[in-house]
Formats: sequence, structure tokens, C-alpha cells
Amino acid sequence: MKIRVLVSLKPGVLDPQGRAVHHALEGLGFNGVDDVRIGRTVELDVADDTSDAALTEMCEKLLANTVIENYKIEKLG
Amino acid sequence: MAFRSAVITFPGSNCDRDMAVALEQVSGTAPVRVWHGDAQLPDGLDFIALPGGFSYGDYLRSGAMAANSPIMREIVRAADRGVPVLGVCNGFQVLTEARLLPGALMRNASQHFICRNAGLTVENAQSIFTSGYSAGQEISIPVAHHDGNFFADEETLDRIEGEGRVAFRYTDNLNGSRRDIAGVLNKAGNVLGMMPHPERAVDAAHGGTDGLAFFEGAMKALASA
Repeated sequence: MKIRVLVSLKPGVLDPQGRAVHHALEGLGFNGVDDVRIGRTVELDVADDTSDAALTEMCEKLLANTVIENYKIEKLG
Repeated sequence: MAFRSAVITFPGSNCDRDMAVALEQVSGTAPVRVWHGDAQLPDGLDFIALPGGFSYGDYLRSGAMAANSPIMREIVRAADRGVPVLGVCNGFQVLTEARLLPGALMRNASQHFICRNAGLTVENAQSIFTSGYSAGQEISIPVAHHDGNFFADEETLDRIEGEGRVAFRYTDNLNGSRRDIAGVLNKAGNVLGMMPHPERAVDAAHGGTDGLAFFEGAMKALASA
């Protein structure tokens, strides 16, 4: 089973990388960009019988730092 | 009684030797060197140090992989028993990832790696680690990091400030840290994480010796405990 975990910074957490990319986009002439936030994608290939609880635990224990990050688990089939 | 300390080495640690040299210089006893994959800590430790570096190449997040090393389970247990645990730089990142300390260390606000002496104010001079200083004292200690921008939510910041757990603040906030925080203690006061490197300021040849009082104070506090 293919799983995609999207890790993103929580709202309110300053994203220096996103801000730098935002400035770079403006430098390239792309106006009208209000905000840029950078996250991370983790793709997993797991046994078909992997439980939702186990996937959640993987995110909570390692893939995301829940002090600063949110995560979303997508099952790609 | 000999001072029994341990320095943990993770794959990618690069300040472990500096830390061991500083501990031996001040205590007269060489620390035990412990590899991250070891399942056990030596018995009867007075002090555990997690050094700076780039454990696991900072993969995923700085400190995230090392926080799940076999030895970390033992370190969490030792910290719970009250053994003093110091994390410097990458060691601080590991301690936050292991949830022994609050908050997280994010990319410096400037995006730049910062390597220079940092002015610090000693906020709490009552802890094991800071008793060699006086409250409000200004010291100069080197920093060298890319991810030293301390973040915690407002509620957490208010709590740690209220509990006197801010050990050091930057006099000039160089990395964007919330409330200028450079070093933070756990609730019990036996775990300290700090981005600046006191072990790099224990010899005149280092360009400064403000880190000496850090280790001497800790040793004295532990000897009288």
C-alpha cells in the first residue's frame, strides 16, 4: 500500500524558507503571491494490513514534530 | 570522589571530543565515551553530555533521528531519575526531539549558518549548570548553527518563563529565537539544552574562557549535592 504523508508547519509558526522563496518569486516578477509555506512529503510503501493507528504513530513519533508541524496521511492505494 | 561523566557520540557528532576535553580539563577525570547504538549507559553517572554536530546529517529534522537512537531510551530514564543531562547545539535539538525539553529549534531566521561569539545573559544562576555565574551576568560563548531558532507557542513560553526555566538569553538575538532564548531547562532543572558551545570557551587559546565557569559551577554544584 502506498502512503503519502504531507508534513506542514503549523499556522503561526514562522517559515524562514518560505519567506525567502516568497521574496525570490517577487524578484522573478511574480506579483500577487500572498504567502509561501514549505513542507515535506514522505512517501511510504507499507504492508497492506498496516493499521491507521500504526500510520498515525509513525507520524507522531518520527515523521512530524507535532510541536511545530501538522501532518496529513493520504492512502494512494 | 571522581566525577563520572559520559559523552554520547551519534553518527555525525563533531563536538564530542571538545566536550570530553572540557569535562576532563575541569574535573580531572576523562568522561566515558558512549556510542549512540549502545543499549546501556555506564552505572553511577554524575553527568551526561550530548554534543554538537550534525547527527544523521540532519536528515528529516535536526536531532530527529538521534532522538530515536537506542541510547536515548536510557538517557530519558536517567533524566527521569534526576541525572544531569546537558545538550549543546545538536544535543539541544536532540533533547527537544526526545521531548525532554519543550519547543523546537528551527532554521535561523536569516537562513544563514551563524558561526561567531554570541553575547548571553545568564537568566537563571540557580541551576546545576549555571551556578558558576551570577544572575544577569553577561558572557560571551561561541555559537555555530543553522537551526538555532528556538520556537515554542506563547503558552509554553509563558510557562517556562514563569518557572524560571530560561537559563540563557542572547543579548543580541542572532537567530530569531522566541524571547531571545538561548538555553532552556526542564521542569526539574536537571536537563539543560543550549545552542551556544561552552566547551569551546574553556582555554585562552579558544579566544575566551567564559565557558569555564559553566563546567566548574556544575561540578561544584554536583559535589555539594
